[in-house]
Amino acid sequence: MSGRQQLRSNDIPGTIVFTGELARKGFGLNQFCMSLMKPENRVRFKADERAYLNAWSLDEAQKDAVVARDYARMLELGGNIFFVLKLAATDGKSTQSVAASLAGQSVEDYAEMMRAGGRRPAALAA
Amino acid sequence: MARITAGIATSHVPAIGAALDNGRAQEPAWKPVFEGYEWAKAWLADNRPDVVILVYNDHASNFSMEVVPTFAIGCAESFQPADEGWGPRPVPTVMGHQPLAWHITESLIQEEFDLTIVNRLDVDHGLTVPLSLMFGQPEAWPVKVIPLAVNVIQYPPPSGERCYKLGEAIARAVESFPEDLKVQVWGTGGMSHQLTGERAGHINQDFDIGFLDKLTQDPEALRRIGHKEFIVEAGSEGVELIMWLVMRGALGRRARELHRFYHVPASNTAVGHMVLEPA
Repeated sequence: MSGRQQLRSNDIPGTIVFTGELARKGFGLNQFCMSLMKPENRVRFKADERAYLNAWSLDEAQKDAVVARDYARMLELGGNIFFVLKLAATDGKSTQSVAASLAGQSVEDYAEMMRAGGRRPAALAA
Repeated sequence: MARITAGIATSHVPAIGAALDNGRAQEPAWKPVFEGYEWAKAWLADNRPDVVILVYNDHASNFSMEVVPTFAIGCAESFQPADEGWGPRPVPTVMGHQPLAWHITESLIQEEFDLTIVNRLDVDHGLTVPLSLMFGQPEAWPVKVIPLAVNVIQYPPPSGERCYKLGEAIARAVESFPEDLKVQVWGTGGMSHQLTGERAGHINQDFDIGFLDKLTQDPEALRRIGHKEFIVEAGSEGVELIMWLVMRGALGRRARELHRFYHVPASNTAVGHMVLEPA
């Protein structure tokens, strides 16, 4: 039973499962994100985002999503959450602020929801 | 002979490390989290292992999308804290135990667990936050560590059943090591949390408490949980709980709960923690 399930990325409502299909689509985007682990690359990226992005194999939609810091779009285009979090870290933004934007909530509303015990499982059925 | 003396489970939330590193551990949001680990800290002072086999996952720190090992064992002499995008955590270098790591590697591969051997590995919050929770902020970590990295960020991760069996094989490997060593296995990650999609912020306290209960009362049930059930119930990142099953498998058929702690939230995550002994 366990290990025999084949999931697609959108099988579970409100959830992205990072499948091989997304990995193929997002390889260049995720490689770019990984490059931000080096301080000198963070400096170069911040100095000229477009020029830095042009050195990596991203398509235009992926580059636009990065420049707009549209995390939901990045994930849709194959970004893996733990890779795009390097971009947030480069901006000095928290993981929680990214999660809030993915949930479509303000950072304050999201933080308040978490302090109150998080999003309840029943919300999935809606 | 080496022997497995205990298992510890804990979440490994990055914000916990940041709170400690930035001197915010006494703030109202964080104080209850750190207090939840005081028992284990005191217990570890009297029950210190020589080596910890620390089961964790890399979060795009050492492994890019170029290589994604399902199971990887750190065989290096030492492991540096990774720069995860805001500079490395100010924590000590993690010292490995090469003879035991290589013995485990040989034993596991001969038992058909095809581990990836890693001789250079930077370790991220997944490994260093549990060390900080258990040992605070020492000059040097008081134990040797064998990192065991499990892929949980690229679908499909290994099954919970496979993780449990890996834990059983680790126990056999440890018990066949001739040196007299006390070894603990730590399973990290979880509990319920989700960072992706509109359901980000998902927390399922009933599932988490049930999982904690079943670690001692019904581990067989935990082995049967599939990926879909993990993701639906515990959230897309809650699937990290498969790493707790490596720890549980290593403790043998019966285990005794010595201590537990459960707290919501630390940032986006339900914090769960348990100390167990083979019974």
